[in-house]
Amino acid sequence: MNLIIAWIIFGTLVGSVGTYLLYDERKRNAEQGALLGAAVGAVGNLVLLVPLWVYTFMRGEGEGDQPVIGRDPIQPRHFIRVALYAFLILMMIVYLLPVYTVLMTSLKPRAEADDLDTVWNLPSEIEWDDLEIGSFSIRMPVGYATALEEFGPQLKNSLLLTVTATILSALMGSLNGYVLAKWKIPGANVLFPLMLFGMFIPYQSILIPLFQFLNDVNLGGTLYGLIMAHVVYGLPITTLIFRNYYAEVPTEMLEAGAIDGAGFFGIYRRIVFPLSLPGFVVVIIWQFTQIWNEFLFAVTISNEDSKPITVGLAELSGGEAVNWTLPMAGAILAALPTLLVYIVLGRYFIRGLLAGSVKG
Amino acid sequence: MASVTYRNVTKRWGDVTAVRNLSIEIPDGEFLVFVGPSGCGKSTSLRMLAGLEEITEGEILIGDRVVNNVAPKDRDIAMVFQSYALYPHMTVYDNMAFGLRLRRTPKQVIDERVREVAASLGIEQLLDRRPRQLSGGQRQRVAVGRAIVREPAVFLLDEPLSNLDAKLRVEARAFISKLHQRLGTTFIYVTHDQTEAMTMGQRIAVLRAGELMQIDSPSNLYDHPSNVFVAGFIGSPAMNFFDNVDLFEEGGKMWVDTGYFRLEVPEARYDLYRPHMGKQLTFGIRPEAISHPNYQPADIRPSLIEANVDVVELMGNEKIVYLEESGKTFLARFDPRADITVGQRTGAVFNMASMHLFDQETEQALQ
Repeated sequence: MNLIIAWIIFGTLVGSVGTYLLYDERKRNAEQGALLGAAVGAVGNLVLLVPLWVYTFMRGEGEGDQPVIGRDPIQPRHFIRVALYAFLILMMIVYLLPVYTVLMTSLKPRAEADDLDTVWNLPSEIEWDDLEIGSFSIRMPVGYATALEEFGPQLKNSLLLTVTATILSALMGSLNGYVLAKWKIPGANVLFPLMLFGMFIPYQSILIPLFQFLNDVNLGGTLYGLIMAHVVYGLPITTLIFRNYYAEVPTEMLEAGAIDGAGFFGIYRRIVFPLSLPGFVVVIIWQFTQIWNEFLFAVTISNEDSKPITVGLAELSGGEAVNWTLPMAGAILAALPTLLVYIVLGRYFIRGLLAGSVKG
Repeated sequence: MASVTYRNVTKRWGDVTAVRNLSIEIPDGEFLVFVGPSGCGKSTSLRMLAGLEEITEGEILIGDRVVNNVAPKDRDIAMVFQSYALYPHMTVYDNMAFGLRLRRTPKQVIDERVREVAASLGIEQLLDRRPRQLSGGQRQRVAVGRAIVREPAVFLLDEPLSNLDAKLRVEARAFISKLHQRLGTTFIYVTHDQTEAMTMGQRIAVLRAGELMQIDSPSNLYDHPSNVFVAGFIGSPAMNFFDNVDLFEEGGKMWVDTGYFRLEVPEARYDLYRPHMGKQLTFGIRPEAISHPNYQPADIRPSLIEANVDVVELMGNEKIVYLEESGKTFLARFDPRADITVGQRTGAVFNMASMHLFDQETEQALQ
């Protein structure tokens, strides 16, 4: 009982501080909604956090089934646990605020999006537009329709670039890892560290030679040149990940394959590759995110026809009066693929990174 | 079907010599066991034959063909690994069919052979499972099945039983022996366990530190070890050794004085041992050649001594007795009915017909 009271006091305190800050921020506009918002915030805080407290308390009760002599009903660790959760949720909200703003702004009509005072508000209305793709059309908020129309080719470039470069660097890294982990090659002890060294070379330092080289081989300004740059730059990390992953594959299994009749590539294709899924997931997520989000190579190497979405988005800023809806919708569209990759493959990512550390 | 020949084979890793000048001829159809403590080079010898390690010097022949530079897959061998090394992403069926598929065997033949072998090993009901769904014993059978389905000329087994528990190991021993009888193929088997070697091998090659100590049939190895190492390695509990014994003749008889007691040498050995008198000698006798006076076998050359009973281990069918005399401990296998208690003094009869003498310097047996 004491604990509940303690919690209500604590919750109200946290809620009030939060809402006070919010209120203070909004005061300059003297909006009537602000006070109401503060109250809602406080109640929201309570509603949100009380179940959390109940949960932790009940877990504590469960443990209490074993008789504990002199067990104090108010356990300091409960309080700490709740405070921790409260803090984490607060941080999460802070962290997600920009995402919220981007999403809201992307849905607003242009005039409303330009108004900084209403930046936290929900859109008063959502304008819809039909996006024509070939013979059929999809209805979507106007910001997204415009963005897709505007950024369409760049999204396509990004997708082509990222998928190709990711697959190529993953496959080559996998072969490298296989050779370095399972075959004795003279000089491997020098070669591998040298390769890893590539990871620590800053993009900027090779930018000019890279640019010149690609121009010399007539790949300057093309998507192929950009793909090549990313594949080569990705090799150190993909090689490292695969080499470490394959180090866990028992050598006896590959020897069994050799005796059964498989050669160098046979062993790779029939035994090593089918076992590589977790390694590939890690590498694909890593490379996909890196290449999709990469800007410096893209802005240096690509031209008008081959530029990916990161460059396209950046070019929107500056210039004439900005229509905020467009870049926000573009940003959401640009963030979606990596988000999807994480959602679909994320659970393998953790497993892949931990593979071998738990069980040999 | 093929014989295997090691001709002066040496394996070196930098400065370390793993196998030194190994020469063995293994006739077609023999069950040969490589045995020795870890690091003796037995696995390396097998892996050189399999083509998994390069041969530094010498030649290995399978049949009449020198295979030094032949790829493992072209050596017509199959191997069972200690870890079984099954392919985890394939079903049992695919594991067994893998080698045949790579050799482009017709599908129907593969199916026939896999099912036939699976039936003979009692694993037909497991064909659709994956290795992780199998128990240790089942995995071991699948590994064996994967090897025999290819009908290799030589069958290599690298400690295939060491991952099984004690009871399964006994069953698997009989199973592999029977398999050898049925297939009639050359089997080469590596183990560190002398019981496995003794029970399964037609001939046993004992290795130590990369050198072949002795190669012979199990019974010859047991009865006539050619050196101290083999004598101590084969047999459990191990042979008792007494160093610096005195060999002399007195009153028309030959005696061994161990420093703790004096034992009579059988007449049959007089001529053999006489030239070695005066050398530094080691006397060896197995625990089963020492019995309780009341339960001594009929046909032995008895030589009676007395000693203190230190420890008694009743095994059911026998008593392992640790005897002690003036600080020297040695083991005896007494009849379980022998009435002895710890701390007591007891008589012990040595069967001198199965005594061994070794030159202490060269460690070679006098024989």
